Amino acid sequence: MIKDTKAKDNTNKNGTAINMEADFSGLTIAVLALQGAVSEHMDCLERCGAQALHVRRAGLLQEVDGLIIPGGESTTIGRLSNLFGFGEEVSALAATGKPILGTCAGAILLARRIEGQEPIIPLMNIAVQRNAFGRQRESFETDLAIPALGTEPFCGIFIRAPLIKEAAEGVEVLAAYDKGIVFVREKNLLATSFHPELTDDLRLHRYFLGMALGQQKSIFNCTEVRSYNSGAGIKERNNQI
Amino acid sequence: MVDRGTFRVKKGMAEMQKGGVIMDVTNPEHARIAESSGAVAVMALERVPADIRAMGGVARMADPEMINSIMEAVTIPVMAKCRIGHIAEAQVIQSLGVDYIDESEVLTPADESYHINKHQFTVPFVCGARDLGEALRRIGEGAAMIRTKGEPGTGNVVEAVRHLRVVMEQIRAVQHAPEEELMSLCKQFGAPYSLVLEVRKLGKLPVVNFAAGGIATPADAALMMQLGADGVFVGSGIFKATDPLKRAKAIVEATLHYDDPEVVARVSRGLGEAMSGIDVNLLTDADRMQLRGV
Repeated sequence: MIKDTKAKDNTNKNGTAINMEADFSGLTIAVLALQGAVSEHMDCLERCGAQALHVRRAGLLQEVDGLIIPGGESTTIGRLSNLFGFGEEVSALAATGKPILGTCAGAILLARRIEGQEPIIPLMNIAVQRNAFGRQRESFETDLAIPALGTEPFCGIFIRAPLIKEAAEGVEVLAAYDKGIVFVREKNLLATSFHPELTDDLRLHRYFLGMALGQQKSIFNCTEVRSYNSGAGIKERNNQI
Repeated sequence: MVDRGTFRVKKGMAEMQKGGVIMDVTNPEHARIAESSGAVAVMALERVPADIRAMGGVARMADPEMINSIMEAVTIPVMAKCRIGHIAEAQVIQSLGVDYIDESEVLTPADESYHINKHQFTVPFVCGARDLGEALRRIGEGAAMIRTKGEPGTGNVVEAVRHLRVVMEQIRAVQHAPEEELMSLCKQFGAPYSLVLEVRKLGKLPVVNFAAGGIATPADAALMMQLGADGVFVGSGIFKATDPLKRAKAIVEATLHYDDPEVVARVSRGLGEAMSGIDVNLLTDADRMQLRGV
């Protein structure tokens, strides 16, 4: 597949590059379509110029350039993912270095540790707490500062959202809200507590697609936020389980 | 600044339920069965519609203690029903921390003229509809999710099919009508003009639309998904059947793979007996829950 990597970079004030003119038309991104906000992610990908592939059964992930695991009910998606054997396939995709984005329930699926239950596809060195902000009446939207996406705030929509309680060594914290971690990157893997697919702001999807083009390099620039959690804690607790 | 209960947050909650099955439960044990089968949410109520139908009398909001015990039993969202127009029941349910309120024709209506102003609540509402006008009137009142009504507690899918077909047909009419005909269509459908314009632009309802009322088998669920539902509610169909867990799992799988007959066939094998159904043609208008709160 020929990928256009010559498109011009728009380096913003923070020195992070979100390429607003990149050509993503050569990319095919799978959206895990077991349940939840599948069409919203597909719309975002298509609006960025990429091809979106609706994936409900195993065996289709070898050919894609990346994967999005959408929001939905994590217990439902987790159960169906186990039932149809997606775990191995998603892990194999992650091992190739292609980007994977998990939003809300998707972040829970990718976490190495989920409070109070067994992990589902433990690829990221993070610990998550489900429904960390409370029930639906506590669900909210708020502006988030996400330097990696530029200086403009990003509207974070949190719906019965999980919180990333711990991010281990090697995990960059890209956004925090009220001292809690809500957006992380670990090499080619991204996880958000909130729902970028419910807004018209395509910057997060463009960042993800930029990773698929090999343009969006990982930058450790959020030490301030990292100090809220202990990097080593997650491994110790894993050993206890 | 933090905004709670915005329409985007309410509507987004329903979007997270898409492709899923929401199951009626009457106690914590049933709620756990529903959760382990893969339900995306449970609807807490005192009696399933089939029993409400059989027992007669006035059907009201469930006991808050029962709703709370179900909320404690599961981690998936919990919905609860209030009577149509019963503002106080809705306030009570919201105060319990329930995730979604169903202003439902399954319960005996408290107000035969007006629905609740759902914009005033932080918690989202789902409402029933039999056609596009009814759906858009409820959305106009603040509903963040629609379910086609069907005929609850009958185990007979015919009304659910009728209502979804009508909604879809009317959406197509709105999409393809010349602009000068739109106002007349609004008048004919009893639908607010601004929302009709939105439907025309989107080619679908502006909120998630589930099917409900009579779904009893995996094939019923697959049928409703093929007709364009975003997901299904199963009321009496699961816990009135002989093997609820197996049936619940089967309906979840059939809802996901609705367009794959082999999957629907596999999960339909050996499910035991479905709930016994009712011929809706034998119901009098007084027994038709769908005629309540239009």
